Amino acid sequence: MSTAIRPAPVIDIPTGTRQLPTRRRLRRSSTAGLYLAGLLAGGALAALSGSGIVLAAGYGAVLGTVAVYVVSRSVEGRRTATDRLVTCVVVAAFGIAMVPLVWLLWTVVSKGARRLDGTFFDSSMLGIVGPGGGGYHAVLGTVVITALAAVISVPIGLLTAIYLVEYGTGRLKAAITFLVDTMTGIPSIVAGLFAYALFAVFFGPGVRLGVAGAVALSVLMIPVVVRSAEEVLKLVPAELREASYALGVPKWRTIVKVVVPTSIAGLGTAVMLALARVVGETAPLLVTVGITNGTNLNPFDGRMATLPVFAYYQLTQPGFPPGFAIDRAWTAALVLIALVMALDLAARLIGRCFAPSTRR
Amino acid sequence: MARVPRRPGDRVFAGTATGAGILILVVLAGVAVFLVTEAWPAFTAPPAALPGGTGLAGYVAPLIFGTLVAAVIALVVATPLAVGIALFITHYAPRRLAAALGSVVDLLAAIPSVVYGFWGIAALAPSLVPAYRWAEKHLGVIPLFAGPASTTGRTMLTAGLVLAVMILPIISAITREVFSQVPALHREAALALGATRWETIRLTVLPYGRSGIIGGAMLGLGRALGETLAIAIVLSTSGGITLDLISSSNPSTIAANIALQFPESSGLAVNALIASGLVLFVLTLGVNALARRVVGRRADLSGAT
Repeated sequence: MSTAIRPAPVIDIPTGTRQLPTRRRLRRSSTAGLYLAGLLAGGALAALSGSGIVLAAGYGAVLGTVAVYVVSRSVEGRRTATDRLVTCVVVAAFGIAMVPLVWLLWTVVSKGARRLDGTFFDSSMLGIVGPGGGGYHAVLGTVVITALAAVISVPIGLLTAIYLVEYGTGRLKAAITFLVDTMTGIPSIVAGLFAYALFAVFFGPGVRLGVAGAVALSVLMIPVVVRSAEEVLKLVPAELREASYALGVPKWRTIVKVVVPTSIAGLGTAVMLALARVVGETAPLLVTVGITNGTNLNPFDGRMATLPVFAYYQLTQPGFPPGFAIDRAWTAALVLIALVMALDLAARLIGRCFAPSTRR
Repeated sequence: MARVPRRPGDRVFAGTATGAGILILVVLAGVAVFLVTEAWPAFTAPPAALPGGTGLAGYVAPLIFGTLVAAVIALVVATPLAVGIALFITHYAPRRLAAALGSVVDLLAAIPSVVYGFWGIAALAPSLVPAYRWAEKHLGVIPLFAGPASTTGRTMLTAGLVLAVMILPIISAITREVFSQVPALHREAALALGATRWETIRLTVLPYGRSGIIGGAMLGLGRALGETLAIAIVLSTSGGITLDLISSSNPSTIAANIALQFPESSGLAVNALIASGLVLFVLTLGVNALARRVVGRRADLSGAT
């Protein structure tokens, strides 16, 4: 390893009459220009061979990287050239990651916008063959089931976090921490199978209930709430608790009146992030709740429609002619993404707006 | 901390909080117990009564194979990219932009699995068809590209690429976390010796972050193994173990097979599906526990070594 590093005299140090030789460096603008030239050449090459925009960018990035490396190697030497090569590769890695993001969002928005109309939000699929119809029942079903999942998992999650931070000691704490970590890794389909198996034991095989879906989502949601709430509660300064104890306040009142209010913004963020994680889950709802065409808002009575499952079935079993159902599927996907992003954004806003003021 | 007298309210509150913690133990035990209960008939049933007629092992083996192949493709593609992204955000991007760029990558994690499936089947798969044709023609000697190339692009390789995009944010988030914790002294020491930026990274950041990269990759693997809907939509399946990544006859994965078969199944087929779910549960549990151990070990690693 040590052979790799040789001091590179990049600064002029006057030593008597002689001066150390300055290493030649490329100017910043010239490397950028070289890369750009390569990029354009790649684009031109792709245009001549009639390839798509992604391939053009790929050719361009490779040519640009090669151009920078070759010129840098001849002017600045091997080590700097390698450094520049890696810079190009690292930036390209980030660029590659952006390709699917932009491509996906563009696809969903352009295809989903076709049916993003009033009918989609005020009509269910009851009696619909062909055009028209919408995801009214599915949107409401998602809201009902997600809310029910939140009702189950938020108290359990927050209380567990409070236990871990305020009360927990010894092996029980270690065991619960370990299991919460393990729960984080449960695949969503397995959570669905668990809820199905649980309800099948009591209601017989083939059971489909909204509440079973809510239980499945809770299994996925609880560990997220616990982990993030735990982090937030740990941030509450011990001085606040000790000041409260010093005034003779019981521990439980200290938690309810001091610890929780101090961290309420963070707890809100934790819940919102957990909601954002489960609202788009499809697999557990597919096996526990199924799908229906009508509007059923009673989670204790049979199948319900949910937005992700609705989107899935509209795309994979569109019926004939398929075009209408596929358009509905894309709109459902667009609404779903919007929902997740809205929850994500709400989580961040809560964190920012309701954070306790640090000023006096 | 001061000793506080125990009051009734205290006891109730402490009891509720502890109860919630214990409930989690119960839930996880319940997951295992109920899955085993519902899977049990499939273990004891005669082989001919199960779907496929070759017994449970014969039913699950191709699914396990498919699950592993898709996950390995995802891992091979996503890990180097994620390391690159993490390096970009922690060491290359301008300080002020770094946080924003990080949350742009995290957006990838916010997109629901079913939407990845939509994108995979409608956008990614068709645009990969020419590449598959080319691969069949020029790389056909390699068993991986033996062909015949799929005309829809719904191949194992496409599914693996979609998975790669899905696990990218997980791996890069963990790698980023570890890279940003590299002690400044290590970096400054390398820089003071005249190392270029890449040499600094190679000599300080990568060795320090190695366990983070491995752990992050394994957490991504855990996620990839359990990913359901994206694969159920993208992959065109017809059973059978094959190494061919670009044809349209592929083994399904455990999770995708459950999603596809479960709604229309009844009787023993449901038990067989739940048994395969149990296998998946054990598989992901093992991978995740191992990953946590690798990531956790870094906490003991002092900056001085």
